Amino acid sequence: MTTNGGVPKHTITALVQDKPGVLNRISSMFRRRGFNISSLAVGHSEEPDLSRMTFVVEGDDKVVEQMTKHLHKLIDVIRVSDISNQNIVSRELALIKVRSNVQTRSEIMQIVHIFRANIVDVAVDSLIVEVSGDEDKIDSLHNLLKSFGVLEVMRTGTIAMNRGADSRVRRTAARVDWGEASSV
Amino acid sequence: MRLNGSQMVCESLLREGVEVIFGLPGGAILPLYQTLPEYPQLRHILVRHEQGAAHAADGYGRVTGKPGVAWATSGPGATNLVTGIATAQMDSVPMVIITGQVSRASIGSDAFQETDTTGITLPITKHNYLVMNTVDIPRAIKEAFHIASTGRPGPVLVDIPKDVFTEEAEFEYPDEVDLPGYNPTLEGHPAQVKRAVRLIAQARRPVILAGHGIIISQAYDEVRELAEKVQIPVITTLLGIGSFPDDHLLCVGMPGMHGMAYASLAIEEADLLIALGMRFDDRITGKTSEFAVNSKKIHIEIDPSEIGKNVHVDVPIVGDLKLVLRELNRRVKPKTHVEWIQRIDELKQGHPSMLIRDTDKLIPQYIVQQLAEATNGDAIVVTGVGQHQMWAAQHYTYRHPRSLITSGGSGAMGYEVPGAMGAQVGRPDKVVWSVAGDGGFQMTMAELATLVENNIPVKFAIINNSFLGMVRQWQEFFYQKSYVATGYTHNPDFVKLAEAFGMLGIRVTDKAQVRSAITRAMDYDGPALVDFVVEEEENVYPMIPAGQTVHDLIEEPLPERVRR
Ligand SMILES: Cc1ncc(C[n+]2csc(CCOP(=O)(O)OP(=O)(O)O)c2C)c(N)n1
Repeated sequence: MTTNGGVPKHTITALVQDKPGVLNRISSMFRRRGFNISSLAVGHSEEPDLSRMTFVVEGDDKVVEQMTKHLHKLIDVIRVSDISNQNIVSRELALIKVRSNVQTRSEIMQIVHIFRANIVDVAVDSLIVEVSGDEDKIDSLHNLLKSFGVLEVMRTGTIAMNRGADSRVRRTAARVDWGEASSV
Repeated sequence: MRLNGSQMVCESLLREGVEVIFGLPGGAILPLYQTLPEYPQLRHILVRHEQGAAHAADGYGRVTGKPGVAWATSGPGATNLVTGIATAQMDSVPMVIITGQVSRASIGSDAFQETDTTGITLPITKHNYLVMNTVDIPRAIKEAFHIASTGRPGPVLVDIPKDVFTEEAEFEYPDEVDLPGYNPTLEGHPAQVKRAVRLIAQARRPVILAGHGIIISQAYDEVRELAEKVQIPVITTLLGIGSFPDDHLLCVGMPGMHGMAYASLAIEEADLLIALGMRFDDRITGKTSEFAVNSKKIHIEIDPSEIGKNVHVDVPIVGDLKLVLRELNRRVKPKTHVEWIQRIDELKQGHPSMLIRDTDKLIPQYIVQQLAEATNGDAIVVTGVGQHQMWAAQHYTYRHPRSLITSGGSGAMGYEVPGAMGAQVGRPDKVVWSVAGDGGFQMTMAELATLVENNIPVKFAIINNSFLGMVRQWQEFFYQKSYVATGYTHNPDFVKLAEAFGMLGIRVTDKAQVRSAITRAMDYDGPALVDFVVEEEENVYPMIPAGQTVHDLIEEPLPERVRR
């Protein structure tokens, strides 16, 4: 769990049915209940008709507990986990278009190298940098490049996964152990 | 079996045990209508406005516990259903709605009578479907009924494009649903149940807060067993009224904004709240940070998202009330709380909220009390929303589950006419009294025609104060009697109106006529209406103003109160 100016950030993953409108159901629920999402990433999972989503959300424990419960309440959502305090790998991909010229190009390339990022396009007066990593790393690179003039930024939002072997898809309906659910 | 989409809908409804549908046709749903003659077992009741169909299906669902069914055409037909769907969603009422949609090729083109019905109803349904292939109809309907009637019930909408109704496909009704994301927790967690047992054993001033969930789960006997075995006073929420008999010694009545003062005070003084199938609505809690601060809380509820939403809970138990209470009853030890029950009696004496002012004038409280006596508490009472609703909740003696049918969470005025229609269709064996406001009644009174047409013998008690009474009361209390837009200076003549619709109409202006009018209406073979012209500026007491606490309770000025 990281914090952003006092508001804690949580990483939540959800396994959902890959049906038309499912994203709409989820975003509509978040909007309606006034939950804040700072990023959302969706993609196919290892099963053909299931998608995985990663949400980075803002709120205290009580708010996040409500979010996960309401997510779980949606019929098309199969499993929800708040993995903020678990041993996870989290990554985001960003493309940053930065102004460059003959004088600044090599300096930019050095910075890009330090961040183990790549330059994926070179034009006369700009470069596109591709970087992946956690949110903080991308923020720092973005900040460093600002002095050259950042023209455009595109970020995918964080995706996250537990380390170790126990995150396979279970096709049976998730029986959540609500008994132990806290009730903050 | 090869069938077209319309036939599939009807076959599916029959397999779900549907007997009656409330609806009104239009272009997009016409293929379905034209198939109805092939299915005489499906009774269709043609309403005057689709809101009526939705509220009627809701009323039917509330009295029977089975999903009520409403259907309507695309566009305006579907949007007219919206109030009724939202009402069912707020009060966890099982309901299945079928809407026609424009043909598949036209979807998204702003075609004639196209609206995004699944989009509009997304936040007010438990789930919804847009069925794009005829072959998928049986599964969608099977799932709709399953989702609507299990777990925490709610409305499920199935939107079907016109050409999906007409196309043919192989019909096969699934035996089972395959919903990996839907599996309500039924059994309570054993460790939590044990913790609850411990809290109950330690408590000296426990109360049960009995909600709608008890009625939904049919856990009446279990609640009663718990209350009697451990001698715990029972407070019923508005929608929980009837889950525990009003005339039981341990019944304390309804708490909250217009609840009994002693019920709200008992919650305040309690050291343990056992909340059963309820959701700590703001009409009960008032200011949540100051609600029941002296008590620990056990919350047993099938919807985990209701636990910890509004108030902090010490022992949450997710599960079906009937099963959880059985387990709890097995484990709790018999106990008495003599002092506590005496204390509640003291509160009742000090705050006689149920007393009716002794006056020769015609006041609504008296009418409701007379209704209770005349029907021996055996009628189903349906209400609109406002003052009359609160008086109906307070002064009728509810002795059976599912006997108060009222729009709680939504507070939808206009419920009183179609809601009563659905209740009567669902329970033809019962006397159904609609306690109506003159405001709400006029919102949906077109359905009187439906009642007469189908000989549905609902009896109406219009509490006619020529005001949007509850709003007027707020204006009196909080806006120095500035009655902006709440007075009706030209209400119709409700008796003539009844006659015009073909019903019996009776006007009562005098207290002495009340009982005979009630009897006449009930003796009449068919729908009847009594227009009770009551004191215009009567107020509902007690009142805890919105967002305030039990310490801000306003009670009826005492000198006026005399025992009846
Ligand atoms: C559809 C709808 N519109 C507005 C309101 C706000 N409202 C709550 S109570 C009330 C007055 C109801 O008047 P009436 O039906 O005559 O009942 P009374 O309060 O006089 O008993 C109003 C306007 C509402 N609950 N529902």
